[in-house]
Amino acid sequence: MLEPADRQRFERMVMPHQDAAFNLARWLLRSRADAEDVTQEAMVRAFRFIGSFHGVDARAWLLQIVRNACYTWLEKNRRVDLTTEFDETIHLQPTQSPEAAAVASNERERLMKALETLPARSREVLVLRELEGCSYKEIATITSIPIGTVMSTLARARDGLKRVLNASTARDASGKEVHRDV
Amino acid sequence: MTCEISQALLHGYLDGELDPLRAEEFERHLESCSPCIAKLEEQESLRASLRGAKLYERAPAGLAKKIQREIASTRSESDYQWTWVPIFRWIAASAAIVLVMVITYFGVGRIFSGNSGVEQAALTEVIDAHIRSLQPGHLTDVTSTDQHTVKPWFDGKLNYVPPVRDFAENGFPLIGGRLDVLNGRSVAVLVYGRRKHFINVFVWPESSSESVIAPTGTRNGYQWNYSRAHGMELCAISDVSATDLHDLSELLQE
Repeated sequence: MLEPADRQRFERMVMPHQDAAFNLARWLLRSRADAEDVTQEAMVRAFRFIGSFHGVDARAWLLQIVRNACYTWLEKNRRVDLTTEFDETIHLQPTQSPEAAAVASNERERLMKALETLPARSREVLVLRELEGCSYKEIATITSIPIGTVMSTLARARDGLKRVLNASTARDASGKEVHRDV
Repeated sequence: MTCEISQALLHGYLDGELDPLRAEEFERHLESCSPCIAKLEEQESLRASLRGAKLYERAPAGLAKKIQREIASTRSESDYQWTWVPIFRWIAASAAIVLVMVITYFGVGRIFSGNSGVEQAALTEVIDAHIRSLQPGHLTDVTSTDQHTVKPWFDGKLNYVPPVRDFAENGFPLIGGRLDVLNGRSVAVLVYGRRKHFINVFVWPESSSESVIAPTGTRNGYQWNYSRAHGMELCAISDVSATDLHDLSELLQE
């Protein structure tokens, strides 16, 4: 009773990008458990619409669906994530306890925290570019931002990340106090 | 090349996205500019630490199984289009009794009208209405670039007030409005221009149930973008690019 061609196409073209889907969802939602649910939902959705996919870049197509699913999820469950723009007074505050700061001295942990501090729109372009290795064209497709602004969006995101990292370095160096001269 | 331009291009260079000519100009600028070299090195080291930190998180081991289990019981959109005969054969062969029971209790129609069947129908209606509107004389009932002309025109013709705004400044001039029929009821349609293309935006009051239309997609060369805003459901459709349609959708949601 099933349509084997569609199922094969899905298996062959979409399933291999399962990790990419999960990774994007994990960084957008900042939670592995939520990411697992949303990835599953998005993959099933991709399956239902596989007939309308005629392009060649199945990964970009899938990630577009995943991204939509993530924003819909955030809209419903964590609206504040979408409305918070980068704001030094919020994001560079010393919110960590000294214990947490000690843990964060681990480089990976430190970068992870910094990335999670950025607004979703910055986080997603960094994840797509640096972790997923997407081209500007792919980033434009996935995030629906015009290709001409991908570069400036990335520039802003990287500067934001650098500022957060510098602030956390300053914090580690000085104990509690935050240096703003970054 | 000035430092200002060089810094604007730095990320494109870093990402290998500059065309060869620009890349060469950029490199030539670097030869004589140590602050720009420092900036590039800073970005390179940020990238190296990002990549070195192994932040990529793979899907949990059980996820593929879960997905496969769920899609085993899901039909893709095209299953509905192409698999009528096998469905009938399967039903006839294996479950005549179940069929009788289903017919008795639910009616035959229900079997084939799962969610994506409904979506299929809803989209077909929107696309058909869009194509019809492009035939001579069908595009607008009221033709005006002035939102204060278009909005009052809908007065008394619908039991809701569609949000009418002109986005000429953003490259989407309002062309007019008309009434159309979707799913057996009258809805407002706002018509916008985008260069030489037309965009139809169907607007109707938000229903409590979840949408049957996917947020974006393409069919027969037409893009659609579905969203909710200001208590309304909006479905924009056109042959413009998905990016253009997305931009308009963002404006509509403001």
